[in-house]
Amino acid sequence: MTDNIIPMLGVVTDIRTDTPDIKTFRVEAVGGGKCFEHKPGQCAMLSIPGVGEAMFSITSSPTVAGYQEFAIKKCGCVTEWLHHMDVGQQITIRGPYGKPFPVDDELRNKDLLFIAGGVGLAPLHSVINYVLDNRSDYGKVDIVYGSRSKEDLLDLPEIQSVWADPKSGMNVHLTIDREQEGWDGHVGFVPNFVKELDFDPSRTVLVCGPPIMIKFVLEALTELGFEKTQIYTTMELRMKCGVGKCGRCNIGDKYVCKDGPVFRFDELDELPAEY
Amino acid sequence: MMKKISFQDLPRLFREISETQTLIAPIEKCGQVNFGVWTPDSTLRLDALKTVKSAKGAFFPQVEDIVHFRMKDKTIDIHPAEVLTEDFVIFGVRACDARSFELLDRVFLADPVDPFYAARRKHGTVVTLACNQPEETCFCTNFGIDAADPCGDVTAWMDRDTLYLRANTEKGEALISRLENGEEAPVEDLKKSIGEILKKLPLNDLNLTGFDGDHLMEKFNDPKWEELARGCLGCGTCTFVCPTCQCYDVRDFDAGENGIQRYRCWDSCMFSDFTLMAHGTNRPTQTERFRQRFMHKLVYFPAKNEGLYSCVGCGRCLEKCPQSIHIVNVIKSLGVKEDD
Repeated sequence: MTDNIIPMLGVVTDIRTDTPDIKTFRVEAVGGGKCFEHKPGQCAMLSIPGVGEAMFSITSSPTVAGYQEFAIKKCGCVTEWLHHMDVGQQITIRGPYGKPFPVDDELRNKDLLFIAGGVGLAPLHSVINYVLDNRSDYGKVDIVYGSRSKEDLLDLPEIQSVWADPKSGMNVHLTIDREQEGWDGHVGFVPNFVKELDFDPSRTVLVCGPPIMIKFVLEALTELGFEKTQIYTTMELRMKCGVGKCGRCNIGDKYVCKDGPVFRFDELDELPAEY
Repeated sequence: MMKKISFQDLPRLFREISETQTLIAPIEKCGQVNFGVWTPDSTLRLDALKTVKSAKGAFFPQVEDIVHFRMKDKTIDIHPAEVLTEDFVIFGVRACDARSFELLDRVFLADPVDPFYAARRKHGTVVTLACNQPEETCFCTNFGIDAADPCGDVTAWMDRDTLYLRANTEKGEALISRLENGEEAPVEDLKKSIGEILKKLPLNDLNLTGFDGDHLMEKFNDPKWEELARGCLGCGTCTFVCPTCQCYDVRDFDAGENGIQRYRCWDSCMFSDFTLMAHGTNRPTQTERFRQRFMHKLVYFPAKNEGLYSCVGCGRCLEKCPQSIHIVNVIKSLGVKEDD
């Protein structure tokens, strides 16, 4: 009965160093298997008792059996601790929280465009792999992903070997902010790259990244003729409870943890710009 | 059925109740009246119109343990806190605070139900007390609250040396059925005289037109917020005395060998770190934090709850703000003026 705010135990069974400041943690229930079932775009509260608890998007697709993964950037107390732990460490986990991306409704049979910047790929990663595992349910898929440098591109091995594989039926467009030795791909910021790629405005877009990137991506998409009703994003605000009660993630009459974190841009237009 | 008991006999009733249940009542301690556990040694102050802190703590305690951990090497033991399983009575709740329980219900009993709050609501019996002498800072009438006939499991009225009580629910019936029958007439007279005072209160005609979801962006973008918030110190006093403020923090206390206690405690949207994240805060100045508190009470909450405001007009914030900035200023400044 207390399960919505009381955490369960999870075990970290694998830790992958993705970039200089991002690691991906695999979490299983004690004794194996998933802690719970989730949908793409949902989040979970991870905690180390005595250090703190924080909300993270679930990076792995629901189609993955046996575990959940979280790509986490080192940027505060909890994340610092997580980055220092070893495989086999128990943590606490509760969730899943929030409204997922509408993968089984609005997104179905649509031509999709994913746009991500930096660790903003984390929540979209779950959707992309879900789409890949249900490939025939979706139309064309393009992924635009950018980061500060080659080293900061999250999941690069998977992107190159799985997403960019012609068999995936997806097109991947990578970019980094500045010229770099050993990089012969595109150089430049994500919003400009999106404009250069000149996508057909019939696509349904999922975007996540730093607020400043999202702002300019939205401008670029508007220039290309996209409507706000076609563009989804996922928001990040401080959260404590995850169930719409503690008040932290309140924006207008919405609680991001419960009514979000996935919003369509026309929905965000009706909310105060406090995010 | 009206019941009655003389003030002289009240300690006897309280003793009887407290033999089987925890009894919470307005008690004076160190010169302040607050709701606390009654014992025969307590200084009962049913006459005090407003406790310093509201009655919400009976259902949503200021600090509450939720889960305890023990860590050893790489392993963790999780021990959830027990929810309340014993009945209790809260006696002497005023009409404003009684309404606040209904508002807190909208938050904590909404899906998913908060188990700790729900258990307290289930096991608590609320005895309300009509306000014989509402004060100038009272403005509950604006929110459709009747201080002469408050809700609750039992409603009580103080008339000279007698307390009259009426049960409104089965729980209330169980509590007062043992008392002797009382007359209706003194209560009717009291209600009338209270009604007369309520009519004359200086703040009983606030214009709340336009405070609703339809005017959300208009109210949010009102340029007056900056001026209104200018004096705000961000001390959070208003939120701590407020019967409807329900934001909370979750914290861990590391007790060394005794493990780690995770608890929740009242928090305030007026504090600068309330929304602080690694990359900064979405409400960087006191103006935005101030605006959030009042927008939530007057616009966001009613937008989600059929027009119900998250203010009960108790007037505590009017009395306690060190800068005399409060919800009445906000309503008057941002509201529709008579000549608009």
